[in-house]
Amino acid sequence: MLNYLIRRIGYGALILIGVNLFTFILFFTVNTPDDMARLNIGGKRVTQEQIDKWKSERGYDKPLYWNDKAPGREKATDTIFWDRSVSLFALDFGRSDAQNAIDIGHEIKTRMGVSLQLAVPLFILQVIASVAFALLLVFFRHSRIDFWGVVLCVLMLSISSLFYIIVGQLTFSRLLHLVPMSGWAGGLDAAKFLMLPIALALLSRLGGEARLYRAMFLEEIGKDYVRTARAKGLSEAVVLFRHVLKNALIPIITSAGSYLPYVFLGSLVFESFFGIPGLGTFVVEAITGQDFAIVRSMVFLGAVLYIASNVVIDLTYTWADPRVRLM
Amino acid sequence: MPKLVFLWTDVVLWAMVAVLAWYAWRIKVNPNLRANWYKVARDPAALCAGIVLALFALVTLLDSVHFRRALLPVVSASVSASVNASGGRGDAPTFYATNAESLLDALLARQIEMRETDHSRPLAYMSLKKESFERDRKAVHDYARLRYGGAHLGDPAVQWAADVALRALTGAAIGLAAAGLAALLAALALRRGHGGVMPALRDIAIDRTELPLRAALLTAAVTAVVAGAVIALMGRYHVFGTDQTGNDVLYQALKSVRTAFVIGMLSTIATLPFAVILGVLAGYFKGWVDEAIQYLYTVLTSVPNVLLIAACVLMVQVFLDKHPEMFETGSERADLKIFLLCAILGLTGWATLCRLVRGETLKLRELDFVQAATAFGVGHARIMARHIAPNVMHLVLITTVLSFSDLILYEAVLTYVGVGVDPGMNSFGGMINLARSEMSRDPLVWWSFAAAFGFMVTLVLAANLFADGVRDAFDPRARSFRPRLRRSVVA
Repeated sequence: MLNYLIRRIGYGALILIGVNLFTFILFFTVNTPDDMARLNIGGKRVTQEQIDKWKSERGYDKPLYWNDKAPGREKATDTIFWDRSVSLFALDFGRSDAQNAIDIGHEIKTRMGVSLQLAVPLFILQVIASVAFALLLVFFRHSRIDFWGVVLCVLMLSISSLFYIIVGQLTFSRLLHLVPMSGWAGGLDAAKFLMLPIALALLSRLGGEARLYRAMFLEEIGKDYVRTARAKGLSEAVVLFRHVLKNALIPIITSAGSYLPYVFLGSLVFESFFGIPGLGTFVVEAITGQDFAIVRSMVFLGAVLYIASNVVIDLTYTWADPRVRLM
Repeated sequence: MPKLVFLWTDVVLWAMVAVLAWYAWRIKVNPNLRANWYKVARDPAALCAGIVLALFALVTLLDSVHFRRALLPVVSASVSASVNASGGRGDAPTFYATNAESLLDALLARQIEMRETDHSRPLAYMSLKKESFERDRKAVHDYARLRYGGAHLGDPAVQWAADVALRALTGAAIGLAAAGLAALLAALALRRGHGGVMPALRDIAIDRTELPLRAALLTAAVTAVVAGAVIALMGRYHVFGTDQTGNDVLYQALKSVRTAFVIGMLSTIATLPFAVILGVLAGYFKGWVDEAIQYLYTVLTSVPNVLLIAACVLMVQVFLDKHPEMFETGSERADLKIFLLCAILGLTGWATLCRLVRGETLKLRELDFVQAATAFGVGHARIMARHIAPNVMHLVLITTVLSFSDLILYEAVLTYVGVGVDPGMNSFGGMINLARSEMSRDPLVWWSFAAAFGFMVTLVLAANLFADGVRDAFDPRARSFRPRLRRSVVA
């Protein structure tokens, strides 16, 4: 187990190095810092002085990989690569490119809490709702309920999440005045801002997830142990809940686990539509403001979370199925 | 003579048509493929979805022939004098319009021309908001007549309902007649096996045909009736209203179809070379090649997809801003942008298919026919190309059709986030974005949104149903999960 963890984390570090190199090459060699400066300052006529000033304010005037002029060890450390890329491994995200140069690390810390308030209830409810719906369909398999349930799933997954949001906001906020259209408040007041986005996000993902789980349960139900359980005279409900559900846990964990990084990163669309100041909104604002430093940091953070959640998924496997040994 | 413009995406789309034609020929000569596609055709949902998709594809292809109109020679004195001096009209350089038009634009010229000044309701003849204008030499503040919508009516308050109903019914009747003709043709084609035209018609009506013709003809009838009514109305009214600059919403929705198709098709095509070549290499050679390729796609998948795409698109934007010489017109710029977006989606999205292909190759390379080929001394490259690649093609096909609908949905999200298609290009994402800002208006402007919703859901649903049919036909394991109604329930 320990052996496994060490190896896993080592490979994770290798992946992170890859991600880091890839983003650095993408952001600094496809386009030079000069181009970034020009785009960020905007306007038609940008003088070289303005560009130089912009670059030196943000530390982009150093050489990319190797600083020949610096003394000793600083040949490697006094570079953009060291400042902007290697420092990420210490989770030091630096400052943003925008005029006010906010501290990205601090911003991520405060915003992640907000994102979690939306994403954690959503994640739990989503797993429960999808599994429950899928079990219902499987319980009534080969009946009208199953058939029309699957039709409903296909219909639901054919509708863009943006439609759910717009229609939901229109009916519940604008016409019925049940919840505020968008916005945010701290503490317990957050609940009234969170209800609608959670419900809509749940609805928008239910179709695809439920259909997936239904297929998993059906695959499980054809196996011999299910026949044995039925032969023992167990009722269909007991068979489904006690045997099939338990054995289908592994694929469910795999599928639900793929959402784990997004639990921390927040949802771009739902957060920005409802004005929830989480990490999703942060990214959308960075993209529209063309703040490359924030996008770079978030790419790295996303990779860290992905690797971490994969380790968590593997650990959960051993809990769900004791036969699984991590070596 | 208009000058043809070959946009990047046009070229690729037409190349796709050529590939599809080649594939159709393959289906014809290959009994296995034919049997599988026959299964797809026997699935009523997939067949109907295929018909709807074909219709959308037709719109896409019409919208993929671009040209620039030749401008009429300017008839001003100085120019004609200089033309004469240079030796007659024949040598005069022809100037072309700065914007590229497509065949669809030419067909919908009336829609483009029917431009109002502001929002208007679907089928309206009055403006949505009160305007100040002169009536009988008095300044009034009232709802104004639209410039084009219902402009042919003398007394709209009386005539409007009858006119709309008459046009819609005529169009629908023509559509219905066309569908009836199609049914008759189908019956004619089937008359051998069913003992005459009338029995064939009856068998179609009670669904006793080899292919689910009843469902197919019903789909065709519904589309023909709807299309007929819309076509009959759209010359005189704005069937889906107009947006805030007075543009016809129906036209925008039709133009968006091509964008969706381009994103859906080109992006998956772009994934194929990486996914198939790298997947086969990894599975065939194993060892360090496998490790390296796995590392590569793990790096790519470890970054959340939207972030990775956003990062790449931002870089492309900077690049395009730096190189304005790469395109001549605005539409060429938009086209280059969407082309690069597809390339990015392909570059970042090949991991899933690559994993599947790798797994299948690992299985295949141990099979007897590959062992035999090795024993005969066939080279690695040849084994991979002739013996392994053809046997993973069903995975490629299934993944391609499955990801088509996902990508169309994805486009809307990306455009909303700001890394999607060019704002100047019509797309469903752009329409939703616009509709979102209009939702807060009073009176409520719902028609842009409704049109985008209707078109997008139809397209994505058809794509999903078709993909399910293809998957069921080519992947025997998936078939058992199909919901079935048991006809004879044991009491």
